[in-house]
Amino acid sequence: MKKTYKIQVDCANCANKAELAAQKTPGVKSATVNFMMQKLIVEFEESANPQEVFEVLRKNCRKASHDFEFLG
Amino acid sequence: MLLRILLTLCLTIPLSFVPAEGVTKLILYLVPYLLIGYDILREAGIGVAHGQLLDENFLMAVATVGALLIGFTRTGDYLEAIAVMLFYQVGELFQSYAVGKSRRNIAALMDIRPDYANIRVDGALVQTDPEEVAVGSIIVVNPGEKVPIDGTVVSGTSTLNTSALTGESLPREVQPGDEIISGCINLTGVLEIRTTREFGDSTVSRILDLVENATSAKSRSEHFISKFARYYTPIVCGAALALAVLPPLVRMLFLSLSPDWWDWVYRALTFLVISCPCALVISIPLTFFAGIGGASREGILVKGSNYLEALAQAETVVFDKTGTLTTGEFSLAGIYFNTLPEETLLAYGALAESASSHPISKSIVKAYGKPLDENRVENIQEQSGLGVTALVDGIPVALGSPRLMASLGLRCPELPQPGTAVHMAVNGAYAGCFLIADQPKATAKAAIADLKAAGVKQTVMLTGDSDAIARDVGNRLGMTEVYSQLLPGDKVQKVEALLARKSPKSTLVFVGDGINDAPVLARADIGIAMGAMGSDAAIEAADIVLMDDNPQKVALAMKICRKTMTIVRQNVVFAIGVKLLCLLLGALNLAGLWLAIFADVGVMVLAVLNAMRALSTRNL
Repeated sequence: MKKTYKIQVDCANCANKAELAAQKTPGVKSATVNFMMQKLIVEFEESANPQEVFEVLRKNCRKASHDFEFLG
Repeated sequence: MLLRILLTLCLTIPLSFVPAEGVTKLILYLVPYLLIGYDILREAGIGVAHGQLLDENFLMAVATVGALLIGFTRTGDYLEAIAVMLFYQVGELFQSYAVGKSRRNIAALMDIRPDYANIRVDGALVQTDPEEVAVGSIIVVNPGEKVPIDGTVVSGTSTLNTSALTGESLPREVQPGDEIISGCINLTGVLEIRTTREFGDSTVSRILDLVENATSAKSRSEHFISKFARYYTPIVCGAALALAVLPPLVRMLFLSLSPDWWDWVYRALTFLVISCPCALVISIPLTFFAGIGGASREGILVKGSNYLEALAQAETVVFDKTGTLTTGEFSLAGIYFNTLPEETLLAYGALAESASSHPISKSIVKAYGKPLDENRVENIQEQSGLGVTALVDGIPVALGSPRLMASLGLRCPELPQPGTAVHMAVNGAYAGCFLIADQPKATAKAAIADLKAAGVKQTVMLTGDSDAIARDVGNRLGMTEVYSQLLPGDKVQKVEALLARKSPKSTLVFVGDGINDAPVLARADIGIAMGAMGSDAAIEAADIVLMDDNPQKVALAMKICRKTMTIVRQNVVFAIGVKLLCLLLGALNLAGLWLAIFADVGVMVLAVLNAMRALSTRNL
């Protein structure tokens, strides 16, 4: 399953770091940060529960880059 | 932020005239330092708490605190720490301004999203959310408004500005019965439109979706840069540490010199400032984004940065013939062997064919192009598969195949050109022949020439048509190879054969009009669908979508991609080059923090400005 989240991130390198953190989260098949459009696109593993995975992912991203924020 | 920067400047400049020494001086200078840098210091603290030692805030904090320490113990110069912080903040401000601005620029370019649809309720027009309009509703579009949803014109005539969609500046005329796509601007008359799609499936929504998600598919350059950034910062920081510790130890232990600790720590701090990779990391996606934005302004939708990169390396371009290089419609290609003036012949032909709905008949009527006086023609008889006979101005006229002529006892000459021949007899005598063919588009020849000029080595045409027609069109357009009489499945095989033949680094492009082409579009390195706003399958399968059906846009797209890639390379080389140079100078103590901060902020500013050049599609 693919989901798109609106994000707010100011520095491009921070976006890269958060992208790496998101990719490493268990249950995530692939994750891309679109810095220009300020979006995070996550593809979850079939077996994973997207909501649970997202909670972990959100924490990992915030840890990786402090100014990475999820909107809405 | 701007205020903070200005305030810091105002505070710092007078300070250099204040005669203070020692701790007093440090405290005085700490005021502007903290004013400009408090958030960086705070973020650095949070970063450390999260185990993120190497984020840029941390680096800036360490570098400036280190500079303050050196100032306190050795030089008494605190200006440098403040300046570094100040420039860094100016850089950040500029970066967020530039990125925000370019994002808005590109969004404005694609500002085709309609805000409302007019629906008639009890005779009065009501503005409604286009998402709530059901398929089959009647919407009203006033002059100056955007067409919100795809549909068919029910009443009213007008001209439409389609430039936001197709890059085509010539307005399009519409009348009842015409299909019309959302995103066009209605120019002159009021139109009533019966919607044929929901808003979410309408052209305008699909395009916006496409463009907004385009930069999510990353190119190799982007992957390279994020990988580079991942290793660059730790390596430079390690080097900084080594620079601070090793040379002094060596001096002390082996050379019996004084260690000069502070000197080497200062050099290390320079390293830390340079180690921030942001200039690099920002400029590459920004360049791609600008390139994709510039292309979409020309009616070229690129689905991802990776395709942009791939198209720049295209060496083989394969075209479908019908509908791509040719118009896909029958039209009059020439008149041969005429014994009567062409105008008379055409008038007789058009009158005789006036009642027929066959595409070939229609092409003759269309070629005549004048209103037909149906009173001049009588006794029209269609002879199935042969042609038509009629009395025009009382004169017997026959039009059709050689067999029809033979039945009248006439012999037809062979045509020098391939195509469909319509022979004509007037008053029992052979009068001439119309050649009807699917003509190349007016821009097709120039399109192939443009591609060759852009460095494409092979231009190939695939078609299901007969060999003679294919060869003729191929020669006229200057294609390097032509393959004819292909079934749709054969096209995939041909493309695979061409893929196997091309040089490994180059890419193969397939250009089709999207009908029956989806498998080939998917198989090629880059699939380009043109004039495809009607075909959902093509948009799905294609990597690049041309909004109009002008094949010259393929070459234009290539040029835009080439330019974008040039800028990308410039930025990569420039940013990495300047950083490495400054690192070297810093290590040799030829560059101080001042130069280091230029390497960081100055390079970023220049790289961002360079990136914005990709937006312009003029002078390619």
